Amino acid sequence: MFTADMRESIKKVEATREERMGVEPKRMTAEEKETLLKKYHPDYRKDGFVEIKVGPNKGEKIPVELGGLLHANSRLLEQNIDLNQIDYDVEVLVIGGGGAGASAAIEANEAGADVMIVTKLRIGDANTMMAEGGIQAADKENDSPVQHYLDAFGGGHFAARPELLRRLVMEAPDAIEWLNELGVMFDKDAGGNMVTTHGGGTSRKRMHACKDYSGAEIMRTLRDEVINRDIPVVEFTSAVELIKDDNGQVAGAVLLNMETGDYMVARAKTVIIATGGAGRLHYQNFPTSNHYGATADGLVMGYRAGAPLLYQDTIQYHPTGVAYPSQIFGALVTEKVRSVGAMLVNADGVAFMHPLETRDVAAASIIRECGDRGNGVDTPLGSGVWLDTPMIEMLGGKGTIEKRIPAMLRMYLNYDIDMRIDPILVYPTLHYQNGGLEIGGEGFTAVMENLLVAGEAVGGIHGRNRLMGNSLLDIIVFGRNAGKAAAKKVKKIKIGSLNLKHVIQYAEELKKAGITSEQVSPLLLPQYARHDR
Amino acid sequence: MQEMVDVYFYGKKYSVPADLTIMTAMEYSGYTLSRGCGCRHGFCGACATIYRVKGKNELKTCLACQTQVEDGMYIASIPFFPTDKRTYDIEQIKPTQQIMMELYPEIYSCIGCNACTKACTQDLKVMQYIAYAQRSDFEACAEESFDCVSCGCCSTRCPAGISHPMVGLLARRLTGKYIAPESEHLQKRVEEVKEGAYDDLIEQIMQKPIVEMKELYNTREIEK
Repeated sequence: MFTADMRESIKKVEATREERMGVEPKRMTAEEKETLLKKYHPDYRKDGFVEIKVGPNKGEKIPVELGGLLHANSRLLEQNIDLNQIDYDVEVLVIGGGGAGASAAIEANEAGADVMIVTKLRIGDANTMMAEGGIQAADKENDSPVQHYLDAFGGGHFAARPELLRRLVMEAPDAIEWLNELGVMFDKDAGGNMVTTHGGGTSRKRMHACKDYSGAEIMRTLRDEVINRDIPVVEFTSAVELIKDDNGQVAGAVLLNMETGDYMVARAKTVIIATGGAGRLHYQNFPTSNHYGATADGLVMGYRAGAPLLYQDTIQYHPTGVAYPSQIFGALVTEKVRSVGAMLVNADGVAFMHPLETRDVAAASIIRECGDRGNGVDTPLGSGVWLDTPMIEMLGGKGTIEKRIPAMLRMYLNYDIDMRIDPILVYPTLHYQNGGLEIGGEGFTAVMENLLVAGEAVGGIHGRNRLMGNSLLDIIVFGRNAGKAAAKKVKKIKIGSLNLKHVIQYAEELKKAGITSEQVSPLLLPQYARHDR
Repeated sequence: MQEMVDVYFYGKKYSVPADLTIMTAMEYSGYTLSRGCGCRHGFCGACATIYRVKGKNELKTCLACQTQVEDGMYIASIPFFPTDKRTYDIEQIKPTQQIMMELYPEIYSCIGCNACTKACTQDLKVMQYIAYAQRSDFEACAEESFDCVSCGCCSTRCPAGISHPMVGLLARRLTGKYIAPESEHLQKRVEEVKEGAYDDLIEQIMQKPIVEMKELYNTREIEK
């Protein structure tokens, strides 16, 4: 399937392989990394950002596409929704059916609360399902939560909220234990020891995995548990706006049936936003590794209701998205491919960087290699560098790829590329939103005492960059905590009469700021349909 | 000039670029998908699809996001299939002979036609893992079914009405929880955290000034 030019380049990769095997590429110094990031990381491209004109983060910068949605019109401005006609009345409303939403629902149910999940696609249609590489937890003898804290804090450029990061690392072993008890099949040796590897930026091997279906294995188990517990899941139904009551508390959400176009009202004593990421907004025209529904809906709804954002200007580009073949352009090539031994190599067969730098550094380094340095391999949709996968079996023995990264092997074999024999071409892909809605340690937003956020929709857990394996971890830790906290909170909450005044107020603010928009938001689904006219 | 092929969505003909997947070809043709589209990268099973190439007899199943179009494809997506998941309390059930019999008795009606295996979009040996389930070899069933994305193509083709993905899922949860060896180092660490063994240390590192944190981070030892 490779072109003749690619084949020529592969010969160069093969020619240097033997020699490269014995040498660990040098890691960059702190200064080298900083210079690299400033010049090449997409977060530093000024034209990728706009200024927020209204709301709590007014004056701060935000990706153009997300800014457009914050400055767009509510879907409900022209609608006359009767908020007295309640279609669903629950104690805990979870918006989003990914790993964070499912974990929250399970814990809320466990605590005895009446909980319901709404999700615009199906439960499990989420980035959680697609997480491949693994989940971090400091549970080995030579490791500790403190070491985990140091790795994550440094990897996130010392910007993580200490209280959130403390919870993440301290509660990590318990999160793994919880998943294990639910029946998640972690990779273990015969003695029960977790098989753990490095991720970019880890100082200890603490990456737990379920082959390279780690997220899928976790998500399908959580989904199964949600169904076993008879927790109502309203699928193909999107929340489009939060509802408040006359005391300024959040009081539920207006829902949209994605198939019939009908609006419905869900009243709730506590609401958990677990709507995930924003990859489908395609910042700076990047392809994305995210699922179809990753359109930042929760951020838009939350912001309109007054909840502030944090680090909304920092995005994670996963260094290794598929660069070729075009059919799977932008799909994730798990970091685990590097954890188990593959090097990043340029068109001339040179290992131009250490394969396990943090993601922002690795992405910027690949962009530099393909850009200014001109050492990339041309592809129909751009360019890429080699990920030298045949090294994996030279290091780990024959069969390692099929055993440890079967999803990757399968994905490429579909297009007649055998990564056991040939290297693969990669380029950064839009992967994760580091920022999101700001929460306190208990998971509540500061502005509404009964509104919680969990998962990728949260900002501040990781700082300005996230390490591999800390997102699967955060959806479990903060999802569970949000579910427990929400269930506890319902006893103290009395909901008054429902209104959507904040939506009207926000529209007035936009008008005052001189903003007119043709767009409506939340986006709900990306606009991929091509229409000739 | 871009190479084009003719494909038929629900019987209606469209001309689409030959290098697209079935999913992107539908979007190219003007469809806005809500059903039948999930992760778009082969992990979620939302886009189960059945097709037949004009002039050929064989019915094929695939994931729309992972399959390139070919000329003459007659395509129907299967956005939902009523697979039958039985509910249970994972704390109460045990990996015993009876459990499959109780929850999924229809697996014993398998007639061995192998249509499930032929339909699998992940090339799994589906009939084989059902056979393991029949004889309560949960671990083998779990291993063989591990890469299942629950698209349900197997179940659409099964004359015995078996919900294969659900059987594999049960076997995996039983294996993960009851059969796989316990991780002593994990349990030990959970206990230590609970007893407060790291409380002071974590408090200390949280209080350190950024300058000191940078020094600690940049000079930390990295396990080989």
